[in-house]
Amino acid sequence: MNVIILLIIFSLIVAVVFLVAFFWAVRTGQYDDTYAPSVRILFDDDKKSKPEDKRDDNGRLQEGEKPNP
Amino acid sequence: MKEERVVQQDEGPVIPGHCYHCGDACDQQPIQFDEKKFCCDGCKTVYSILKENDLCTYYDLDSNPGITLKSKNFEDKYAYLDSEEIMRIILDFLDGERAKATFFIPSIHCSSCIWLLENLYKLQTGVKTSRVNFSKKELQIDFNPALISLRQLVELLATLGYEPSISLEDQDKKVQKSENRGLFLRIGVAGFAFGNIMLLSFPEYFGFEGIQDGSIRWAISIINILLAIPVATYCSAYYYRSAWAGLRQGFINIDVPISLGILALFFRSLFEILSQTGPGYFDSLAGLLFFLLTGRWFQSYTYQGLSFERDYKSYFPLAVQRLQDGKIAPVTVRDLKKGDIIQLRNNEIIPADCRLLSKEAHIDYSFVTGESESQLRVQNDFIYAGGRQKGESIQLEVVKPVSQSYLTRLWNNEAFASDKDSRYQNLINTISKYFTIVVLTLALGGLAFWFTRDSGKAIQVFAAVLIVACPCALSMATPYTLGNTMRIFGRRGFYLKNAQVIEKLSLIQDIVFDKTGTITLSNESELRYEGDALRDEDAVALASLTANSIHPLSRRIAASFRDKYQPQPVESYEETVGKGLSGRVKGKEYRLGSATFTGVALPPGDGQSSMVFISIDGRPTGCFHIGNKYRDSLRNVVERLSSAYTLTLLTGDSGREEKNLRTIFPDGTAMKFDQKPEDKLLYIYNLQKEKQRRVLMVGDGLNDAGALSQSDAGISITEDISGFTPASDAILSAESFHQLPDFLSFTGLARKVIISSFIISFMYNIVGLSFALAGLLTPLVAAILMPLSSITVVAFATLSTNVLARQRKIL
Repeated sequence: MNVIILLIIFSLIVAVVFLVAFFWAVRTGQYDDTYAPSVRILFDDDKKSKPEDKRDDNGRLQEGEKPNP
Repeated sequence: MKEERVVQQDEGPVIPGHCYHCGDACDQQPIQFDEKKFCCDGCKTVYSILKENDLCTYYDLDSNPGITLKSKNFEDKYAYLDSEEIMRIILDFLDGERAKATFFIPSIHCSSCIWLLENLYKLQTGVKTSRVNFSKKELQIDFNPALISLRQLVELLATLGYEPSISLEDQDKKVQKSENRGLFLRIGVAGFAFGNIMLLSFPEYFGFEGIQDGSIRWAISIINILLAIPVATYCSAYYYRSAWAGLRQGFINIDVPISLGILALFFRSLFEILSQTGPGYFDSLAGLLFFLLTGRWFQSYTYQGLSFERDYKSYFPLAVQRLQDGKIAPVTVRDLKKGDIIQLRNNEIIPADCRLLSKEAHIDYSFVTGESESQLRVQNDFIYAGGRQKGESIQLEVVKPVSQSYLTRLWNNEAFASDKDSRYQNLINTISKYFTIVVLTLALGGLAFWFTRDSGKAIQVFAAVLIVACPCALSMATPYTLGNTMRIFGRRGFYLKNAQVIEKLSLIQDIVFDKTGTITLSNESELRYEGDALRDEDAVALASLTANSIHPLSRRIAASFRDKYQPQPVESYEETVGKGLSGRVKGKEYRLGSATFTGVALPPGDGQSSMVFISIDGRPTGCFHIGNKYRDSLRNVVERLSSAYTLTLLTGDSGREEKNLRTIFPDGTAMKFDQKPEDKLLYIYNLQKEKQRRVLMVGDGLNDAGALSQSDAGISITEDISGFTPASDAILSAESFHQLPDFLSFTGLARKVIISSFIISFMYNIVGLSFALAGLLTPLVAAILMPLSSITVVAFATLSTNVLARQRKIL
């Protein structure tokens, strides 16, 4: 039965790891704003840019070369 | 499929007749561009910028996400940001090619805002990264000052409709950390301990055979003690501190019995384990703290994007243009000295008491004094700080530095120094005083009763009473009821500073209203024409004449004609300061202005609103009345409130509207006119001290700041929830004004819900106490009873507030 003690200690160590992770998350401010991250994850990266777009040096689309729908 | 989606995007989520960018109704001629309608040039510009840079995803994420840019014009408004000194105040960090700035941007409101602001780097190569904190409405930008200056950056944001708020307050920037962080950590620890101790105690609850093995039981007990120590120390620190602070001030607050309960639980359990007489109550202890702290978090809900503490500093600009040695350069307002000459443009705020150097100025003091009409000042007049210049640029000579100006002196009143919350004894603390006395009597009685029979049991009973009487459920009734009420109000545009405000509102007896901006619409006035019917040609002439003037009354009249007529050329136009204007249109001579100027004999008895008389070729034809426009729902709101409260009206305006107001307010309502900010404060002070009334102040401007602070509860009303509001207990969005009576009556209901929850928790306490006094409180009974009572109370409090709110149609 003494193996139980060992198991309890191991399970506690695992739990403590999660507690520490929680501490880290709070301390680094991940709980300060709960709305923006929930939206940010849904943003597509550069949804409309396609390889055929011609851009000038500033990364702007050139006149008359608007992407065709 | 793909084709279809693209088509849908281009059609956009357009409401017919509404601006594609901001969603406002296009009342005048909408601007057509790219097959879309826009309400103004500003919106069109933003659209074209976004379109050009391939950022139209902005319009797909949320419908009409833009911010209206009507009447926004900044020219050189941000020129002061070029100054090195001011840049250093605003930037968080500057080092060669890297700079960091954090802006507070009140207009952040939806997911499209987040998207656009975080994609700024696509618009401007100088921007490296930008990140939005939505709940604080802050944008953190990392940029290269060599490629884009701070001024350009701010102007870019302003062009897009995201104008950062930069004010004098930024000068004493405080680094504030979220208060909730510490609370989150404590909840984490308590929850962690709660779960683990509970798990490890299961064998004990069910009398599991293996537990008889001494070494396992011992090991489990030691682990439980180790888990419980941080709960009884780190997590409970709030309660010990608050209880101790209360006792030192000589009153017993709710945290005293809670602390006693926590300590009794901890030491009793420690004793049981070490003496090997029982397993202890550590699971109940950890559960108790977990629920208590969660309740605390629920109640501490705050609107981070709103500020309830603002004073004149967040209203005043950070910098102003100073004229020195023939050059104009920005200087921080705080560095202004007596004798400095400053220049102000249209719509800028006068930062210090000044003497006017220009010929004339129209100053809008409505926010500062409550006078609804702008004031005419002529050369050499003394001008108080806080007003807003309307019209062309003016030059002023500073007479007093900012800190000593007339307006800022109001903040020296002691009403601002005393902490409002400490003046107030809330319901739960009133009850807890008696509660604690009863519990201590019972505990000592139990101790005495058992002492003669079984001295060992006597100590047990004493501790058991303290444990079970620990007002866990009691102290949860308030946070959950109030926290939930606060959220319900928030959804309806009524934002409270903290949950305690609800209790304060429920005790109100008197309501004091401000007039300008509070019960009237601050940006609209009512125009009425009286006299001979105007022929079309005359109307055109009047429209043309008034279009030339920047006097606020002329502009109001001009605005009413704007859509109907094309202005005609005016000959021999002349404007006489303080009198009126005259000119010839198509051979007829028109005069507009005061009665004497137009040669009108004043009609008797009608002196309530500002009047502009008209004469055509020397013959008086009629006059325009320009009066306050009251909120539509005012009559209804006043009627409903007057049955339950005594109403008063205080205004900085003159008494010319009195007749109108009397028809709205019930007979006998006290009305005071020409009230200075100090007078308002004093009036409320006298109501409280001499008549012992509990007063609610409803105001909107800086002139009400003193009264809002002195009152038992202060509500400031605002058209624009992200705009400036003076320090107050609550902010009410103007569009929810009609629900004010509902909100106030609901606070009374919330109080009743709390009392009902108290009764429920008392019943649990009676059951628990009878177990305890009989000496039968086993750890298992405690482990069931305590969470059960907490959960019942929490469920009752939240559900009943929701149901009641729905019945009253505020949810």
